[in-house]
Amino acid sequence: MNEKGGVFNGLKIAAFGWAVVGPLTMKYFADYGATVIRVETSKRPCTMRISAPYKDDKPGLDRSGYFNHFNANIFSLALNMEHPRALEVAKRLVAESDVVMENFTPGVMERWGLGYEELKKVKPDIIKLRQSGFGSWGSYAQQPAFGMILAAMAGLPNFIGWPDRGPLPVGVSAYTDCISPRFAAAALIAALDYRNKTGKGQLLDLSQFETTLYFIIPAILEYISSGREPSRIGNSCPYAVPHSVYPCKGDDRWCTIAVFSDEQWANLCQLIGRAEYIDDPQFDTFLNRKRNEGEIDRLISGWTINFTSEEVMNQMQSAGVPAGVVKNAADIYDDPQLRQRNLFWALNHPDMGLFTHLGQGFELSKTPAQARMPSPRLGEHTEYVCTKILGMTDQEFVELVGAGVFE
Amino acid sequence: MLNGCRALDLTDENGFLCGKILADLGADVVKVERPGGDPSRRRGPFWADIPHPEKSLYWFAYNSNKRGITLNIEANKGKEILKELIRTADFIIESFSPGFMDSLGLGYSVLSGIKKGIILTSITPFGQSGPYRDYQTSDIVTMGMSGILYQTGDPDRPPVQMSLPQACLHAGADAAVGTMIAYYHREMTGEGQQVDISMQQSTAWFLANAIPLWELSGLVLKRAGAFRWTVNSTQRQVWQCKDGYVFFFMVGGRAGAKTFHELVNWMDSEGMANEYLRSIDWENLDMFNVTQEVVDQISKPIEEFFLSHTKREIAQGAIDRQISICPLSSMEDLLNDAQLKARNFWVEIEHPELDTKITYPREFVKSSEKVCDTRFRAPLIGEHNEEIYGEVGLSKKELVILKKTGII
Repeated sequence: MNEKGGVFNGLKIAAFGWAVVGPLTMKYFADYGATVIRVETSKRPCTMRISAPYKDDKPGLDRSGYFNHFNANIFSLALNMEHPRALEVAKRLVAESDVVMENFTPGVMERWGLGYEELKKVKPDIIKLRQSGFGSWGSYAQQPAFGMILAAMAGLPNFIGWPDRGPLPVGVSAYTDCISPRFAAAALIAALDYRNKTGKGQLLDLSQFETTLYFIIPAILEYISSGREPSRIGNSCPYAVPHSVYPCKGDDRWCTIAVFSDEQWANLCQLIGRAEYIDDPQFDTFLNRKRNEGEIDRLISGWTINFTSEEVMNQMQSAGVPAGVVKNAADIYDDPQLRQRNLFWALNHPDMGLFTHLGQGFELSKTPAQARMPSPRLGEHTEYVCTKILGMTDQEFVELVGAGVFE
Repeated sequence: MLNGCRALDLTDENGFLCGKILADLGADVVKVERPGGDPSRRRGPFWADIPHPEKSLYWFAYNSNKRGITLNIEANKGKEILKELIRTADFIIESFSPGFMDSLGLGYSVLSGIKKGIILTSITPFGQSGPYRDYQTSDIVTMGMSGILYQTGDPDRPPVQMSLPQACLHAGADAAVGTMIAYYHREMTGEGQQVDISMQQSTAWFLANAIPLWELSGLVLKRAGAFRWTVNSTQRQVWQCKDGYVFFFMVGGRAGAKTFHELVNWMDSEGMANEYLRSIDWENLDMFNVTQEVVDQISKPIEEFFLSHTKREIAQGAIDRQISICPLSSMEDLLNDAQLKARNFWVEIEHPELDTKITYPREFVKSSEKVCDTRFRAPLIGEHNEEIYGEVGLSKKELVILKKTGII
């Protein structure tokens, strides 16, 4: 692999995390130079490794598109923690690490002998990050935490749907999975900085449920203030009209339009060749437009349907009206803006071939994220980690291989 | 943990969360607003439904733990004062249109000349470069451009938004991480830099398996409403109960067997499971390839069972059995939630001007070293002018003049 510099060069993270939350959190460190060593086992593979889609539709632990999309730059150490000799290897890894991360149901690490108190004995200034579904204690702590369940627990579907129908899940089923990694990564970097300055490690405990609630605080406050629960309002917005998703030419093609001011409304009317609406008493003020929102939506739909969603977006944007293509996965894959900003990394993977790995959501001007290596095959770096990082002799390593520790 | 760090937060609602996260981690975050208050204060909902710049709940939500000053940074005198403040700062967070800071003569090279190692975090809808850079947007537009909107909604209707803005929160949280990475680098090397956040990109960052599914299988994930589509069937995920809705998706095989087993036993104990449900070998049921007929036969008694119970009964039953079923929480449910209470999640914060206390989330992380609590409410307009301008040597007399001339 390419050993280019990075912000976190030299930093080592023992990552026991799995599913989506684990890798997304690690990604912030791995992409900026940390050596993130993912501890995993084929005895109980990560749920992502056994999730579709697979390369050529052939299942296999190293062939999942889901797993391989999210795990670039990460090392894989195969270690079966149920094996009696695994703990000694894990402790050697901890001794070399700055951070231990995990997002298991609380108790798993403790059962393995890797609770925070044990880790401290091995590495006094270790930072441990726990990030389970509901936090490490409390009556729900042992609850399974699928993303869709967490989203419902946090109330997100209350904000999605039509007045005449029931609540709907967020379209990205594991939506909450991308929320806690951000809070966790910010806290972890602060903890590393704190350790560098004070010599003190610490335990950080996050709950995916709790961090998700940070995405709905205004609605909580509104309930406290007025007793009003959220209602389903389709695509409308109390402060804008028109504000919706409009049909465009083609199969299931749509464009959003959101008008927040008189000026934007006038621009829109000019664009669609209906300048007379600007002063029409039905539409001349925000309140009149709100009153006649249904009529406005019909008028606009009658215009947008004649164009592709890209054409609607381009024309509206040229006229200074906020509008955008409702992009599907294929559109995102080819999005010129996201491509220019390197959201996706095409990396050669031994099983996947040239395959799109996720990059970073932002750009740092001096220390950009680097695509150093593709997602790991399960156990790909076991020998490297054991001999080069943990300092095992070849003999020791071979003996442990023989004992079946690295499965 | 970030005690001793200072951030100048010049953002509007697109960037509030970034500074909030840094403030919760201990940084001194100073919200810099234009004289008279930031336009984002006009954003509802409002306390007691009274539209007023000191009553915006959106402002309250994401500006607690920050202090606040007013400053006209477009005026020369205002710029001078800002530069003085920058000398005391580690981070500048802004969400102006791309190029605006440059046009004020406050581009990164100027800023880093004033304070070596300064970190400038810019949050914009599409980022500082690229073909969409100058596009106008709002939450529904950005969510559409990020891929989430298309996948959300009923198949027989247009895609539907999440009515509470989300793109600004993905971007704000991502900005906090980007800022911290830049900070770590600065602490190691002394070098500052720019952090360029795109709301579209931060939101598109996580689309679960949609991108690999397109690349490997040529399939575009579509919206499925309250259902999940599999090879031969559609399966309900949102169910009605006596007083609300329940979320439960039918996972097959080993992963889902426990929930199915426990649910059927639960139903059985109330005489609501039928022979069919009891006879299924859940371990070997492949829910991904089952036929619609099987799905319907499984669903019907479950539907009846949920309908005969309240949200509270279902929540408690699921917790007792540690199974993956949960009711949709209302805001009231969340404020009374047993788990959140056990973790001391909510905290009451004084709002003396409103003669009340308001409940907020206390902290997003529990640290064994440092408390990361929400400590005080969002600032009033210019609340800390005297305090903070005093620190950079402005006298009260000078402040009176600056106020009269519209600088602060």
